[in-house]
Amino acid sequence: MSDKKEFDRDSISNTLIVAIGLSLVCSIIVSSAAIVLKPVQARNEELFRQQIILDVAGLMEPAADIGQLFEAIETRTVDLDTGDYVDEGDLELNVAIPDDLDIAGIGQRPRFVPVYLVKDGDNIEQIILPVYGKGLWSTMLGYLSLAPDGNTIKGLRFYSHAETPGLGDQIDKEPWRALWVGKQVYGSGDEPQIRVVRGPVPAGAPDPQHLIDGMSGATLTGNGVSGLVRYWTGSHGFGPYLKKYREAG
Amino acid sequence: MSEARKVLIDPLVDNNPVTLQMLGICSALAVTTSLLPALLMCVALTSVAALSGAFISALRHRIPNNIRIIVHMTIIASLVILVDQLLKAYAFETSKQLSVFVGLIITNCIVLGRAEAFAMKNGVVMSFMDGLGNGLGYSLILIAVATLRELFGAGTLLGFPVLELASNGGWYEANGLMLLPPSAFFIIGLLIWGIRTWRTQQVERPDYQIHEVHRTEIY
Repeated sequence: MSDKKEFDRDSISNTLIVAIGLSLVCSIIVSSAAIVLKPVQARNEELFRQQIILDVAGLMEPAADIGQLFEAIETRTVDLDTGDYVDEGDLELNVAIPDDLDIAGIGQRPRFVPVYLVKDGDNIEQIILPVYGKGLWSTMLGYLSLAPDGNTIKGLRFYSHAETPGLGDQIDKEPWRALWVGKQVYGSGDEPQIRVVRGPVPAGAPDPQHLIDGMSGATLTGNGVSGLVRYWTGSHGFGPYLKKYREAG
Repeated sequence: MSEARKVLIDPLVDNNPVTLQMLGICSALAVTTSLLPALLMCVALTSVAALSGAFISALRHRIPNNIRIIVHMTIIASLVILVDQLLKAYAFETSKQLSVFVGLIITNCIVLGRAEAFAMKNGVVMSFMDGLGNGLGYSLILIAVATLRELFGAGTLLGFPVLELASNGGWYEANGLMLLPPSAFFIIGLLIWGIRTWRTQQVERPDYQIHEVHRTEIY
């Protein structure tokens, strides 16, 4: 213990030793934890995404194995510029959205986007499209499921958002989600007609098949959802792709 | 062992980090909308507080004074990242709800406060106990607040319906205010009031008394 008294912990050499030693030890611990846990985390993310897609398709069963259920769903890539399927597309390639078209408030979008087809044998039963856009506080990310006519909505579900708890967060609650089922995106033209109104849809409003009740206290979040659905089903989004289905069906 | 017991038990009520020391209020507002994320946050904070106390105490004779806060932060930050990574791997759904707040344990005043005030001056076991005690004290408040907020804000506990909601045909009209951060302020305020009524020695003496001016003094 006698040398302990002479030990000067405030000396420059000790300061350097502690600083460097601690940084080394901590960085090794942190990075090895990140590397070891990476596969588990990546699998969680993937399962979560698959679970949401199954959920919007109405195929989710509580106790079932998600990976197995997901085998019923075919993933394809769409070139949004042409509306055609492509075998390979660079999912990282982004295209700027002209300001006047950017009703989802996202600035840019990928050119190649995955879509998920729910199939029964060779028949397509549902087309599930990834959609996202700005709400009141946050970017809302979700999936929109359409019937094979490319027009009738089968479901809309958000998996990531930060809208006001108790008000805007109804976008992901069952009662409001149920309002979307069976609504029509398009009228006779190519522009999407669907929108969220302010307050409940008034009785006797023309074309109620395009109108969704607003959420009280969350008009701006509702506008955001309106904007993003209209953008992604519009001519700059999946419009050209969905048109092929509308014309076929 | 009675000394160790004291540092463990004291922070639960008598020296509670939230209601007496007024630390860690920020996360107490943010993660208490429902009980499950609050419980996870408690586990995360308690383990970080206890382990950082032990590690800092083990190094206390070596840590140079002029970089001691940086050393504390490095140790705490590493532990927090570790906990965050573990949660993302093994409690994925709840960790999504906690989002940034696990990361923000780094800046939680309870952890750094105990490191600086206790772990730098006491032994490893005692510092571990102190961290554990303070973590549990924080947990106690968090669990109380989260229980009230989830019960009255959403009619559920841990996601199970307890009060039948009017929107589902029941009798209880959910109180939306309970889901917003200000309600946690109200509840913590009421808790402090309650505790100080029960333990009157916690009542602080006013910093100064306004001098009563008698009318004869004016002229």
